[in-house]
Amino acid sequence: MTTRPTAVRYRLRQAGGTVAVLIFFTAGLAGSIGAAITVGPADLSLGTVWTVVADHLGIASGDVPLLRDHIVWELRLPRVLGAAVVGAGLAAAGAVLQTVTRNPLADPYLLGVSSGASLGAVAVIVLGLGTGTAALAGGAFTGALVAFALVVAIAGREAGRAPTRVILAGVAVGQLCAALSSFVIIWVADPHATQSITFWLSGSLARADWTALAWAAPTLGVIATLILGYARSLNAFAFGEEAAATLGVDVGRTRWILLIATALLTAVLVAVSGAIGFVGLIMPHAVRLLTGPDHRRLLPVVILAGASFMIWVDTAARTLFEPRELPVGVLTALFGVPAFLVLLRRRRAGR
Amino acid sequence: MLEISDVSWAVPAARILDAVTCTVPAGSLVGLLGPNGSGKTTLLRVVAGLVRPRTGQVSIGGETVADLPRAVAARRMAVLAQYAETDLDLTALEVVLLGRTPHRRSRWSDSDADHTAALAALDRVDLSGYAQRKWHTLSGGERQRVQLARALTQEPELLLLDEPTNHLDIGHQLQLLHLVRRAGITTLAALHDLNLAAMFCDTVVVLQAGRVVATGPPHAVLTARLLAEVYGVDARIDDHDGRPVISYRPPATPPPGTAGE
Repeated sequence: MTTRPTAVRYRLRQAGGTVAVLIFFTAGLAGSIGAAITVGPADLSLGTVWTVVADHLGIASGDVPLLRDHIVWELRLPRVLGAAVVGAGLAAAGAVLQTVTRNPLADPYLLGVSSGASLGAVAVIVLGLGTGTAALAGGAFTGALVAFALVVAIAGREAGRAPTRVILAGVAVGQLCAALSSFVIIWVADPHATQSITFWLSGSLARADWTALAWAAPTLGVIATLILGYARSLNAFAFGEEAAATLGVDVGRTRWILLIATALLTAVLVAVSGAIGFVGLIMPHAVRLLTGPDHRRLLPVVILAGASFMIWVDTAARTLFEPRELPVGVLTALFGVPAFLVLLRRRRAGR
Repeated sequence: MLEISDVSWAVPAARILDAVTCTVPAGSLVGLLGPNGSGKTTLLRVVAGLVRPRTGQVSIGGETVADLPRAVAARRMAVLAQYAETDLDLTALEVVLLGRTPHRRSRWSDSDADHTAALAALDRVDLSGYAQRKWHTLSGGERQRVQLARALTQEPELLLLDEPTNHLDIGHQLQLLHLVRRAGITTLAALHDLNLAAMFCDTVVVLQAGRVVATGPPHAVLTARLLAEVYGVDARIDDHDGRPVISYRPPATPPPGTAGE
């Protein structure tokens, strides 16, 4: 017979592992933020960074030259935090989409949601509906929802059972949105708008500033909290939707709430950074290797790990070819495509 | 006790269930028999509350299933499907702990009580020591037993089994139904194998084209005549200490009137 101490041992192992992993990744994220700010053309020390931040937060007053203060507070910090928010959000969205669509290849980018959001943002600029973050986010959100609805419509009712159809539909819709974005930008023939095509289609954190963060960070906070609240329900999807329903999950409601939440999150992130691919695909798989598939561990860790990962990829993007900047989406694709192929192979081998 | 009264269900092209009425008394194991397409799976889905019946109602302990919130229904009924498949790298213990989902005590961790229940359920299906085994390393028979343990961990009043032995060899078929029987929970089980049904069920209900055509103890229901009418097979029934044992003769002509898959 099973004794109570055995049960306690398993429970403690589960809880202890979770706490250790969370501490590790939280420390890693804090370290990444601090360290990434120091990297760049102007040499800054961690001490300087700390003094500036403490000064602005009113913790301590420091004496840092105005230029350096400006570089830390107005340029690097918002950019690094922007990368963290975008990475965290994309990774969380990917993890949720992979479970809800029961498709290990799901990711906001592959499902066409990111491209739809880009098109929406581009349309807002071109039609002169506004240039503020709110207007762009609104356009991006509309675009994301329309693209997602289109993917669901094309994939059809069997979407839950035919993951490949969803991916193919997502790729088709994504290509269509990208083509329309290019078309609109070239048609308008405004040199400024043309320049922004690279930004919207391959993603960059160059525009991340405090205004953008003021939108994106609270959105991430609210939606991440919502998603974390569904961790246990998401676990129940392991053996499919019907099994989840027999475990007491209101599958229809859960799925729609989470799909709309991830579309909203993706839209706001795209308004900050353009469409960045593969982070949402790769991070959940990498983290699952460490935490296992339990969403109560996976989701918090994937948010922290996604943030740290994006900070370092963006740091590489802005420094590798100084003074030119590489679109960060180009780098994530360089990492992501081989990882995607590995996943595809493993999936076929598993069958 | 489960009561199914006058349940009908249809898709645009066809009537799948036609005024089905039957009862599963508390503590008994009732077998749901019938050829492919006779409506067994649909009936189980209606009973589980996954689809609403067009007419009629299903009640468990006097309460209408269709009115129960999903989480409440999942605390009262557990389902063991034909086949469970996942891409995720779960351990047997994690799968069994899924059975605690409807009993949300804590959102963030599984309690000692949850773990105790899960490990006890693994014991009950003779899989003590399998807690940390990975799902994808388990054999078909072990997987179904882990799923049975998951179902037991839901602490249901009623077990619903949808041809749970389909993909198992005969040894594992017997073992699984033996474990279900031993669990002592009121059970409605769709079964393909008539000999298994005869061996383990208190009562069998035979469906044909969505209608109940016979109900009763296996020895009374499973007659050569019924099997010829319902399955279109030429069968011979032997009596082994009051339990019917069915053997089949090869068909001389294609089976008459058998509905396609």
